[in-house]
Amino acid sequence: MWSRRRLIGSLAAAPLVTGCDRLTYSEGFRDGLRAAEGLTMAAQRLISNRSALAREFDEADLSPVFRSNGTRHPGSPAYAAHAAAGFADWRLRIDGLVARPLALSMAQIRSLPARTQITRHDCVEGWSAIGKWTGVPLKLLLDGAGASPRARYIVFHCADDMGPVRYYESIDMVDALHPQTILAWALNGQPLPIANGAPLRLRVERQLGYKHAKYVERIEAVASLAAIGGGKGGYWEDRGDYEWYAGI
Amino acid sequence: MAADATKSTAGRTVFRHRLSTRAWHWLNALTVIVMLMSGLMIFNAHPRLYWGHAGANADPAWLEIGATPTEGILKVGALTLPTTGVLGRWTDRHGVVQTRAFPGWATIPTDYSLAGARRWHLAFAWVLVIGGALYGVASLINRHIQRDLAPSRGELAPRHIWRDIKDHARGRLPGGEAAARYNILQKLSYLAVIFGLLPLMVLSGLGMAPGVDAGWPWIVDLLGGRQSARSIHFLCATALLGFILVHLAMVVIAGPINEIRSMITGRYRLPAERA
Repeated sequence: MWSRRRLIGSLAAAPLVTGCDRLTYSEGFRDGLRAAEGLTMAAQRLISNRSALAREFDEADLSPVFRSNGTRHPGSPAYAAHAAAGFADWRLRIDGLVARPLALSMAQIRSLPARTQITRHDCVEGWSAIGKWTGVPLKLLLDGAGASPRARYIVFHCADDMGPVRYYESIDMVDALHPQTILAWALNGQPLPIANGAPLRLRVERQLGYKHAKYVERIEAVASLAAIGGGKGGYWEDRGDYEWYAGI
Repeated sequence: MAADATKSTAGRTVFRHRLSTRAWHWLNALTVIVMLMSGLMIFNAHPRLYWGHAGANADPAWLEIGATPTEGILKVGALTLPTTGVLGRWTDRHGVVQTRAFPGWATIPTDYSLAGARRWHLAFAWVLVIGGALYGVASLINRHIQRDLAPSRGELAPRHIWRDIKDHARGRLPGGEAAARYNILQKLSYLAVIFGLLPLMVLSGLGMAPGVDAGWPWIVDLLGGRQSARSIHFLCATALLGFILVHLAMVVIAGPINEIRSMITGRYRLPAERA
């Protein structure tokens, strides 16, 4: 009975499924599918306000547990030493296409004007959690460093080792200058936990979780993503074919 | 109707489906199957459903597909069903036991790939929306919706609907001239899919997108939050699958060769009127 059902099922589904799998591994077809990403981004930005704010919630909406994902501890001895010292010697470097490269300590970053926002974090896997983030607006840092008009993307270099490389992500200037795009140093009123990206993580509220780089140690302004990693703008974009534009 | 007249209508070939209807039917058949199968793979990345704005592993799920050390299970509310072999625990084509929610034969791609499934799903979403919009406009202009799909007052009478349900349950489908038009159950189910399920699929899909939620918050608000949107998306997909299965069963009962030919060429041979 089972085998007959399975046989009939595989006879019916086999051409479609093997066809789809073959297409999935064909670069030409994948390029066709990838074209949809540009269409989606263009449509979202064309139809909605580019500076539209993500919804902000109330304290009552906070998730009881804010789940972490991806790297939960960067694991390197250097990071462990920083964590043990309470990130007193952590430096955030801002360089690339900027007039004045900066290296800021956590004390300096915490003394800058901060924004607090209660937002929903959406993972590409499908779950969501609501958390309260406090941090410095990225725009403030870019203005401070004097980002060049030639800068089209902001790249985030992270401290978590992902095998041979470290995590990296990038966003364009529309999101970089957005008022809710912050480098957060606190979650739910507490110093950012290691599992959630201590001491600094990106919040880019209109995109999915993998864009929100954790353990950020360097911010680089660039004109093109071609020279960053594999050229697609992020660790998962280069390694797993995830979309660079993660607004959907 | 006199016996002679019946004889003359039955067996006659009529033109039943316009080109726009036929083109959309086959484009949609492909698109919806790709959307369903790639959607199941996306679900596999987090096989739990919630209501409200947020929901993750620590929060209560109303539906979950999971695995114990020995079994595959489906949990719906307080109910736990063993689903070993199909959901939660199954053997893949290489003979390896997997504990993903939906099995490889039901997903695109076959082997686990959230990124790959999203590429398929988000590209074919455009085909679904653009195809649906073109069909909608064409069907308003050529009056397909007004003439063929909109039920008449008489058809909506409960007695008429009940008789149609009884006829369908007995496998007595309309013959003769009546078979050239949609019956009331067809009209209602096609209208429910075209104006209910498919738009709700698109809306609930958009409601899960953080970029859309910022630009058009009314969508996610209307649905009761992002996790509710995800649950509604899944429920609509299940309803759509149910529609497809019943639709295919009806095609088989009504005469698959005649039915499929009419959806390819538009020409339909009227079946004999039932006594």
